[in-house]
Amino acid sequence: MTILAYIEQRGGQLKKNAFETITAARNLAASTGGKFSALLVGDGVAGLASQLAPYGAADVIVVEDARLAQFSSGAVSTAIAAVAVAESANVVLISNTLHGKDLAPRVAVKLSAGLVPDCVGLDINDGNVVATRPVFAGKARVDVAVTTPNKVFSLRPNVFTATAVEGVSAAARSASVNFGEKDFATRVVETKLNTGKKDVAEADVIVSGGRGFKGPENFNLVENLAEAFGGAVGASRAVVDAGWRPHSEQVGQTGKTVSPSLYVACAISGAVQHLAGMSSSKYIVAINKDKDAPIFGVADYGIIGDVFEVLPALTQEVNALHGK
Amino acid sequence: MNIVVCVSHTPDTATKIVVGADGKTIDPKGVKFIPNPYDEFAVEEGLRRRDSGTLTLLCVGDDSAKETLRWGLAVGADKAVLIKDAQRNDSFSVANSLAEAIKGLSPDLVLVGRQSIDYDSAQVGPMLAELLDLPVVSFVTSFQINGTTLIAERDVEGGKEVVETTLPCIITAQKGLNEPRYPKLPDIMKAKAKPIEERPAASTPDRTRTIGMRLPEKKQGGKILEFSPENVRELVRLLHEEAKVI
Ligand SMILES: Cc1cc2nc3c(=O)[nH]c(=O)nc-3n(C[C@H](O)[C@H](O)[C@H](O)COP(=O)(O)OP(=O)(O)OC[C@H]3O[C@@H](n4cnc5c(N)ncnc54)[C@H](O)[C@@H]3O)c2cc1C
Ligand SMILES: Cc1cc2nc3c(=O)[nH]c(=O)nc-3n(C[C@H](O)[C@H](O)[C@H](O)COP(=O)(O)OP(=O)(O)OC[C@H]3O[C@@H](n4cnc5c(N)ncnc54)[C@H](O)[C@@H]3O)c2cc1C
Repeated sequence: MTILAYIEQRGGQLKKNAFETITAARNLAASTGGKFSALLVGDGVAGLASQLAPYGAADVIVVEDARLAQFSSGAVSTAIAAVAVAESANVVLISNTLHGKDLAPRVAVKLSAGLVPDCVGLDINDGNVVATRPVFAGKARVDVAVTTPNKVFSLRPNVFTATAVEGVSAAARSASVNFGEKDFATRVVETKLNTGKKDVAEADVIVSGGRGFKGPENFNLVENLAEAFGGAVGASRAVVDAGWRPHSEQVGQTGKTVSPSLYVACAISGAVQHLAGMSSSKYIVAINKDKDAPIFGVADYGIIGDVFEVLPALTQEVNALHGK
Repeated sequence: MNIVVCVSHTPDTATKIVVGADGKTIDPKGVKFIPNPYDEFAVEEGLRRRDSGTLTLLCVGDDSAKETLRWGLAVGADKAVLIKDAQRNDSFSVANSLAEAIKGLSPDLVLVGRQSIDYDSAQVGPMLAELLDLPVVSFVTSFQINGTTLIAERDVEGGKEVVETTLPCIITAQKGLNEPRYPKLPDIMKAKAKPIEERPAASTPDRTRTIGMRLPEKKQGGKILEFSPENVRELVRLLHEEAKVI
């Protein structure tokens, strides 16, 4: 098995998912006796190769082009497919971020490959990859095999644990790709980032608030607890629809899918559509005054109580733990 | 503007999932199907942008999917085409059937949902881009058209990207794009009499094979405590020492 791990970068920065993808590639290679390479695509990104070495990437392929300073799903997918062909890679791994969701299907079509999107597990059975993915909003899981010789898997962020290895130094080599004009048919002309706020899709801890807060003015309780944890604020749809919080914070079927290490659901009932977005979190804490609220059914820990009492006390205890 | 909107007929979001006898898919007994919620945004946008053009709905599915096409006709689509596929196929096969039908229509704009809430793949839009050699912008929350230039805002982690491209192109609709309308009763009645064209599926073989389906493991015995200052301290201790997440 020859694996190509596409390493996502945004504006020359690597995020956690980059190390998760490399670790997944390294583990697949180790369990099949195969090899893997990492691929960086962008403008002036070769310098990032050294950050990949601690995760075992000895071979880093770099495709650079001034036009790639801004993301273009056409050009980047062309680059991934071209490198996969040149390297005879038969497995391509891509992180299932919003950019990855654009890339994986396009790379799969270009390589005549089957694709399993949003994988939460990759196992080997008889030398073949068996991928596990949630379907029906996480209410079921399927194990899927790809039947074509080339295979693409996109990996749900935050699920595959990144682990370091000792003694690997990365050698970067550049590859050239012939882009056509059509590869740049879409151009990102501006990126508007929410300043100073952590995005739920990337946060390691999320504190979400629901309708039980009674009004937007009480969300400072959620913000304070999120800050104590160093995490992001999330919201249920009830709260977003009421206009208390922006849609970018909504977790669930029509919001974002998140899998942080810790998800704290406060005054959220745990409707199936909410669970759809957060049930793959590593640890779930529920705080609700109704002991029968469905959210307790998915919780690892919980407090039955009034958020107006529990949150200030919890914030204080967390701050105390951190010596604040 | 001539517009094609692809609509998927999906189990209701509140459906209880039971694994079927073959162990590979859901037991369809008692499952209520609805138009895919994201496709409601796509259809609404198509209705607002159509002007004097034609809005054609495409759905890959069996006869039961006509229900979703009739909903689309009731809210105002001009034409509806059922691409008949008795079998459930993977996204690539669905995208091929859609691409074949779209080629014959040469639309200015193709609208699809961000994802179909059955298999939640979010693949069909970008796959259509490859199969039709058209640009695609996904997870779009607003867009403007000036002549043949389209400028869209789309979601990314931590904010928005503004993306520019040219028509014809594909847009995948994200929540926030618009407020979908509801069909009115007289229009629902009228839609029942409207024709639904049928055409065969592309019969492209699947590139993936489901080995099995299972329900996620239930969490065993969460530690649920009554509120008291001591129990709040205990929760913090558990998170720190047992879960080791803080
Ligand atoms: C197509 C579709 C898509 C959807 N997508 C989403 C989605 O993406 N995300 C989402 O979240 N929902 C989604 N929903 C909505 C979902 O069904 C629920 O309506 C919603 O999640 C409820 O939000 P909530 O838990 O904040 O409110 P409620 O269900 O009203 O729950 C409030 C909870 O707060 C508790 N409470 C009240 N006061 C206090 C207090 N003082 N202290 C402690 N606890 C208190 C109550 O016991 C209750 O459990 C969707 C629905 C549909 C039909
Ligand atoms: C009961 C059941 C069983 C299933 N079994 C399987 C299975 O065994 N294996 C498997 O791979 N898939 C299976 N599916 C999924 C299904 O066959 C297609 O894969 C699905 O229609 C496309 O889903 P997606 O998540 O890939 O679409 P996405 O890529 O998430 O859809 C994006 C958009 O594409 C358009 N679109 C998607 N599907 C259609 C469609 N059918 N017609 C028109 N437009 C569409 C819509 O605009 C949608 O918003 C099953 C679905 C159901 C309901």
